[in-house]
Amino acid sequence: MSEIPQLLVHEHDDNVGVVVVEGLKAGTDMLCCVTHDNSTFRMTAGADVPIGHKIALKDFKEGDTAIKYGEDIGKIIADIPKGAHVHTHNCKTKRW
Amino acid sequence: MASKYSNMTIQAYRRDNGRVGVRNHVVILPLDDISNAACEAVANNIKGTMAIPHAYGRLQFGEDLEVHFRTIIGTGANPNVAAVVVIGIEPGWTQRVVDGIAKTGKPVWGISIEQKGDLETIRQASWKAKEFVHYASELQREECSINELWISTKCGESDTTTGLSSCPTVGNMYDKLIPEGIYGFFGETSEITGAEHICQKRAINEEVGERWYKMWKAYQDDVIFAHQTDDLSDSQPTKGNIEGGLTTIEEKALGNLEKIGKSTQFIDILDPAEAPNSGNGLYFMDSSSAAAECVTLMAAGGAVIHTFPTGQGNVIGNPIVPVIKISGNPRTLRTMSEHIDVDVTGVLTREMTIDQAGDALIEMICRTANGRNTAAEALGHREFSMTKLYRSA
Repeated sequence: MSEIPQLLVHEHDDNVGVVVVEGLKAGTDMLCCVTHDNSTFRMTAGADVPIGHKIALKDFKEGDTAIKYGEDIGKIIADIPKGAHVHTHNCKTKRW
Repeated sequence: MASKYSNMTIQAYRRDNGRVGVRNHVVILPLDDISNAACEAVANNIKGTMAIPHAYGRLQFGEDLEVHFRTIIGTGANPNVAAVVVIGIEPGWTQRVVDGIAKTGKPVWGISIEQKGDLETIRQASWKAKEFVHYASELQREECSINELWISTKCGESDTTTGLSSCPTVGNMYDKLIPEGIYGFFGETSEITGAEHICQKRAINEEVGERWYKMWKAYQDDVIFAHQTDDLSDSQPTKGNIEGGLTTIEEKALGNLEKIGKSTQFIDILDPAEAPNSGNGLYFMDSSSAAAECVTLMAAGGAVIHTFPTGQGNVIGNPIVPVIKISGNPRTLRTMSEHIDVDVTGVLTREMTIDQAGDALIEMICRTANGRNTAAEALGHREFSMTKLYRSA
């Protein structure tokens, strides 16, 4: 891959991806890579998101489930538009 | 079937019980907290020795006391240790530690402080420690097979990059070396929460899987649900995990479990600090997810090298076991590279495959086994933390 991806996604079923570059700015046309098979797509970042943090790959409604590694990683507790930052302010554990 | 890993050799210390060690420490080991000062004085007198002070050892009872003895005896018995001087406040429990370590066949000698005082204890123990340094310093490394290593893993200050890069790097190493005959350890009971359905299926058979699930569920019920005051936000995941982008325990657990690779199955379950007894293969040790506690328990179980994926940059080391740090987070490599032994940032930029990253880790394991000091060793990290199950009497 000659261009370095800004966003990595584990599995095709995932609805969140991980920012893997520092200083990502809103409006960036991101190269996104699904690590399962190295397939790529492009998406626009909707916010300044720090390295390691997640971005919504679709529009979420409150009550939806966040999927990563093809698995349930928690419940969405606020509506989130595609491209926005997904973290503790809008996603919570279903355990404990 | 022979692979390119089958013929890999290391230069290491073969102990009397047949185990292979990669370090040659002479340890001054306190039975209890109040013997720390005497141990540290002996280590100061005799160069080439190391005291391992710790916080406990008095008025413990039941399973908590058993964990204490397994940890202290296991530390002294570890093949990275050539010889041990044990110091305790009284002779009874001191001798129990000496007898436990002596089963390995290595030189071990104990002394108790009561009816002597610190100064006489230090005098006698220093003479014995000096004798052990002469003994250990003449031992030679010899050629051993890589498959004689016992390698543990536990990650720390994890973030989303660990699940993408450094944890699957360790998993790839296990997928390659477990079939060669090494012993492996993973654990972190609370941190499998959210991935327990996957972990249970990675047991070698249904019986082991069911025992594993019962152990995991008992921790949830007896510890977390019995003591929680909130949803464990800020504790599990930690503040550092959250800073690194991990949002929930489920997300953290799925990344954590990448450390056992794609194909490796675990063959048995160990109590904290218990040594494996079911032959070579991967073991789950019931253990805390706190880095120093977990590494201390796995070292006491007999691991001689620890592989430690980190995202945000956990700086941990261990007194007797070299801790190899692996990170794929470019910010961590930029800001605290002195702590990292294996750089796998290329996995995130898609310039390095997990297969290549696993081979890079195996190369570093061999170099470390041969004597290369890890970052944690060079920086003097010797965290030794006893696991305490409940309040002492």
